[in-house]
Amino acid sequence: MIALYLLLLIPLLAMPVLALVGHKPWAGRFNNWVNAATFAISVILALIVLRAGTLISDDHWWLVDSFSVYLIALTALVGLTTGIFSGPYMEHEREIGRLTHRRLRLYYAMYQGFMLAMYLILVTNNMGILWVAMEGATLATVLLVSLYRTPESVEAAWKYFILCGVGIAQALFGTILLYFAASQILGTGDEALEWTTLYVHASEFDPTVMKIAFVFLLVGYGTKVGLVPLHSWLPDAHSEGPTPMSAILSGLLLNDALYAIVRSKMIVTQAVPGPLPGYLMMGFGLLSFLVAVFFLHRQRNIKRLFSYSSIEHMGTMTFAFGIGTPLATFAALMHMTVHSLTKSAIFVTVGHASQIAGTQRMDKIRGLIATQPQVGWGLLVGTLAIAGFPPFGVFVSEFLVLVATMESYPWLALPLLLGLAIAFGGLFRHLHPIVFGRKPEGQKPVQANMMPVFAHLALVLLLGLAIPGVLADWFDHAAQLISGGMPQ
Amino acid sequence: METLTSLYGQAVLLLAALVLFTSFVMLAQSRVTALVNLFALQGILLAATTALVAIVQNSPHLIISATLTLGLKGVLIPLLLHWLILRMGLHRTIDEVKRPLQLLLGAASLVVFSYYVTLPVVELSELETRNIIAASAATLLLGMLLMISHRQAISHVVGFMAMENALFFSAVVSTYGMPLVVELGVAFDVMVAAVIFGVFFFQIRESIDSLDVDRLSRLTEIEDNE
Amino acid sequence: MAWLLNLLQVILFVATAPLLAGWIKKLKCWSQNRMAPSVLQPYRDLFKLIRKETVVAEGASWIFHMAPYIIFSVAVLAAAIVPLVAVQLPTARLADVIVLVGFFALARFFQALAGLDIGTAFGGMGSSREMTVASLAEPAMLMAVFTLAVSMSTTNLSAAIATLLHEPLTIRPSFVFAGLGLALVAVAETGCIPVDNPATHLELTMIHEAMILEYSGHHLALIEWAAQIRMMIYAVLLANIFMPWGLADNFGLAALGWGMIAILVKLVGITVVLVLAEAVLAKMRLFRAQHFLGFAYLLALLGMLTHVILEVG
Repeated sequence: MIALYLLLLIPLLAMPVLALVGHKPWAGRFNNWVNAATFAISVILALIVLRAGTLISDDHWWLVDSFSVYLIALTALVGLTTGIFSGPYMEHEREIGRLTHRRLRLYYAMYQGFMLAMYLILVTNNMGILWVAMEGATLATVLLVSLYRTPESVEAAWKYFILCGVGIAQALFGTILLYFAASQILGTGDEALEWTTLYVHASEFDPTVMKIAFVFLLVGYGTKVGLVPLHSWLPDAHSEGPTPMSAILSGLLLNDALYAIVRSKMIVTQAVPGPLPGYLMMGFGLLSFLVAVFFLHRQRNIKRLFSYSSIEHMGTMTFAFGIGTPLATFAALMHMTVHSLTKSAIFVTVGHASQIAGTQRMDKIRGLIATQPQVGWGLLVGTLAIAGFPPFGVFVSEFLVLVATMESYPWLALPLLLGLAIAFGGLFRHLHPIVFGRKPEGQKPVQANMMPVFAHLALVLLLGLAIPGVLADWFDHAAQLISGGMPQ
Repeated sequence: METLTSLYGQAVLLLAALVLFTSFVMLAQSRVTALVNLFALQGILLAATTALVAIVQNSPHLIISATLTLGLKGVLIPLLLHWLILRMGLHRTIDEVKRPLQLLLGAASLVVFSYYVTLPVVELSELETRNIIAASAATLLLGMLLMISHRQAISHVVGFMAMENALFFSAVVSTYGMPLVVELGVAFDVMVAAVIFGVFFFQIRESIDSLDVDRLSRLTEIEDNE
Repeated sequence: MAWLLNLLQVILFVATAPLLAGWIKKLKCWSQNRMAPSVLQPYRDLFKLIRKETVVAEGASWIFHMAPYIIFSVAVLAAAIVPLVAVQLPTARLADVIVLVGFFALARFFQALAGLDIGTAFGGMGSSREMTVASLAEPAMLMAVFTLAVSMSTTNLSAAIATLLHEPLTIRPSFVFAGLGLALVAVAETGCIPVDNPATHLELTMIHEAMILEYSGHHLALIEWAAQIRMMIYAVLLANIFMPWGLADNFGLAALGWGMIAILVKLVGITVVLVLAEAVLAKMRLFRAQHFLGFAYLLALLGMLTHVILEVG
C-alpha cells in the first residue's frame, strides 16, 4: 500500500522542484534519480502483486492487479531509459540554442507531471478519476509538443489539443452513461464508478445503455490510442515534439489509452450479450492497421514514418484485444510490451539520427552507419525488430496474433499478413538509403548514449527468444483476468 | 411515469430549454465578444438549473458543483477569454458563418438525432429530470458543431467549453451529478485546459500572425514541397 | 343563441379592427413625441374611401375586380374562427388552424395576382417580394400553431384553447419558443418594422404596399380594412393562444364581460410591445428578411422539439 502511495507521491513532489531547477545542468541527472526511484517502487509493487494477488485498497480507491502492475513496471522502465537519453539530448538542444531555460524547466516539470498522470491512470479504481488522469496526461504533454515554437509544432500541438480534447469529451459522456447504467442497480455514489464493483455486477446493467456507453468510450479513448479515423493528430504530435516526447508518447500514452479501453471492455462484455464490443474493437483495429501500412509508404519525415508504424501496431493490439480469446489477449499483452520497448528505442535513435543530419527529412539523411556506427546499426536493428523480423519479440507476438485470428476468424488472417508485408516493405524502402551508403560531406557524429537503446533491443530479443518464466506467468495471469480463460 | 408539473419541474424544464436555446444562438453568432457573453450566460443558466435540482433533491454535493460551475464557467473562464480578446485585439474580428440558416437547421436535426440516441437512457431512468437528458446530449453535439463551423481559435475554445458544459449538464440530469471527487477533477482539468488555451493563443499569434485557425495547415499528407 | 353570439362576435371583431389600427397609430405617435390623430381616424379614412370614385386600369381582368371582395370576405371568415371573447362558438368548431392558414394563403394568393394583373413593374415586384416572405412565414406559423395542436391533441383552435383554459397554470418552454416564433411571423405578415415599413412612400422599399398601389375607392377601402382585420387576428391569436386566461367558456353574461375586458387588456399589452419594438429596431434589407423568418421558423421548430423531448413522458 505504501509502495502505491510512494509511486504517486514521488512524481508529484518532483514536479514543483523541477519547475524551479529544471534549467540547471544537473537537472537531467536529478530527473534520472527520480525515475529510478519510481522504477524501483514499481518493481516492488510488481513483486507484491505477484506474490499476494490483486491489491485493492480498503476504501476501494486504488486497484493494482496483474494487468495494471505489468504496465506500471513497463511505464517506469521506459520512463527511466528515456529520461537517461533525454538528459544529454536536451543539454545539446540548449547548447545549439533551440531551447531556453524557461522551456527546459517546463519540460522537466511536465515530464514528471506526465509520469504522474500515467501512474494515476494505472492505479485508480474509479472510472471517473481514470478520465481525469487521461485528460491530465494530454494537458501535460500539449505544451511540450510545441516546445520548439516553430509554426509546424504550434500547429501540431493545437491539433493535438483540440482533437484529443474533443475525443476525450466523448469518453466522458461514455463514462457518464456507464455511471448512469450502474447507478440503476448500485445507486448513486462512489460505488457505481468503482471498477471492481462494476466488474462484479456488470451482468445486471441494461445492455442497450451499456452498448451506447461503450461506443462513446471506444471512440473517446480510441482517439488517444490513435485509431483511424481519429488519428490525424498522432503523426503531427509525435513528429513535431522533441524526441524524448515522441518516445514516451508513442511508447506509453498509447498503451494507457488502450488499457482504458480494455478495462471498459471487461465490464461491457458482461453486460452486453453478443459480440458487438469485440467486433467494434476488431473493426477499428483492423482499419487502423490497414490505413497505417498504406500511409507508411508516403512519408518523407522519418518521425512521421514511425508514428504511422505506431498506429499500425496499436491497431494490431486493438484488433487482438477485440478478438478476446485468451491466446489473443496474451499476444496483445506481449505486443504492448515489445512495441513500447522497441518504439521508444527507435525514436531515441531517430532523434540522434536527425541531430547528425540536421533534418528530419528522410531524403536528406544518408550514410548513418558510416558516420556513427552505433546509431546506424541501432536504427537498422530497431526497424528490423518493429517490422516483425524473427527472432525479435515483435515477431513472436504478431505470430501469436495471427494464430489467434486463424483460430477464430480465419479469413481475417489474410489482410493481416498482407498488411504486415506492406509495412515491412514500406519501412525498409525508406530505411535502406538512410543507414547504408557513403557518408555525406561534413556529417559528424554526435554525443549519444546508446545504452538505453541497446538495453531495450536486447530485452525485446530476449522476449522473442525465450520469455522468462516469470514474465510468461505474468502475462498468463493478466490474460486470464482479461479474457476469463487460460491461454494455451 | 409522471411528468414534471410542479413549479420546480416547470422551472427546471424552462431553464434546460433556455440552455439549449443559448447553444443555438451561439451557433449563429459572428461576433466574438457576443459569443463569450452567451457562453457565460449558458454557464449561469446551468448553475441555476443545478442549484434548483440540488435544493429540491436535498443534495449538498450538487450545490458545491453548482457553485463551482458558476464560478468557473460563468465568471472565471469568460473573464479569461475577455482578457485574451482585449490583449490580442480580437474584439473587432468577425467570425462569419457562411450559411447560418442551413447551419441552424442542421443543428435542429442534431437535436432530433440526439433525442433518438438517448431514448434508451430516458426510458430506463426514473429520475424526474430524465427528459432533459436528450437536451444535454444535443448541447454536446451543438458544441461540436460550433467548433466545426467557426474559424477563429477563440470560437474553438468556446465550443470546447460548451461541450464541457453539456457534459456536466448531462451528468446532473441523468444521475444528479457524478461523485464529488470526479466533478472536482473534471473542473480542475477544465481550468488547466483554459489556461493552456490562453498560452496557446499567444503561440499561434506569434507563429502565423493571426488567430484564424484555418490558416494552420502546413502539416498535411499532401506534401508537394518542403 | 350561440349562433347569435357568434355573429355578434364576428361583427365586433370586424368593427373594432380599425380601432386597433388607430390605437397603434396613437401609440406610435406618443412614442415619437408627436401629436396623434384621433383613434377614430381609420373609420373616417375608410368612409372617405368608400365614397370616392373607383378608377380601374383598362387592361384589368376580373381578378383585379374580384380580389378586394375575396380578400375581405376571407378576412371576415378567418375572424370567425379565431376566438375573441368566447371559445366553443359554432363556427369555431367547424374549422381548425390549418383552415386558418389556408385562408391567409388564399387571400395572399389573390392579392399577389391582383398586383401582377395590371402589368405595372411595382405591382409585380411587390407580389414577388410578398411571396418570398410568405414562403418562409407560412411554415413558421404552421409549426408554431402545431406546437399548440400537438400539446392539446387537436388541431381545432377553439377546442385547443378551451383545453388550455382548464389546465393549471404552467410555463411550457415549447410555448415560450412557439410564441416568440409566432410573434416574429406576425411582424412579417402584417408588414411591420423590421420587415416592412407601412408608412413608406418609396416604392422600392415596399412589400405589401406595392401590390395595392393601383387600387382606389371602395376597393382600396376593402383591402385596407382586410389588412386591419388581419393585424387584429394575429394579435388576438398571440394573446389567446399563449395567454388564454379570461376567455369565456360559457355564454353567461358575466363570463362574456370578463372575456371582453381580458382581451382588451391583452391587446393593449401586445400593441405596446409592438410599438416599442418598432421604435427600437430599424427596417432590414429585403435579403435579410429570409434570415429573420428562418429564425422564426427555427424558434417554432425548437418549440415543437422541446415539446416532444421535454414535455412528453
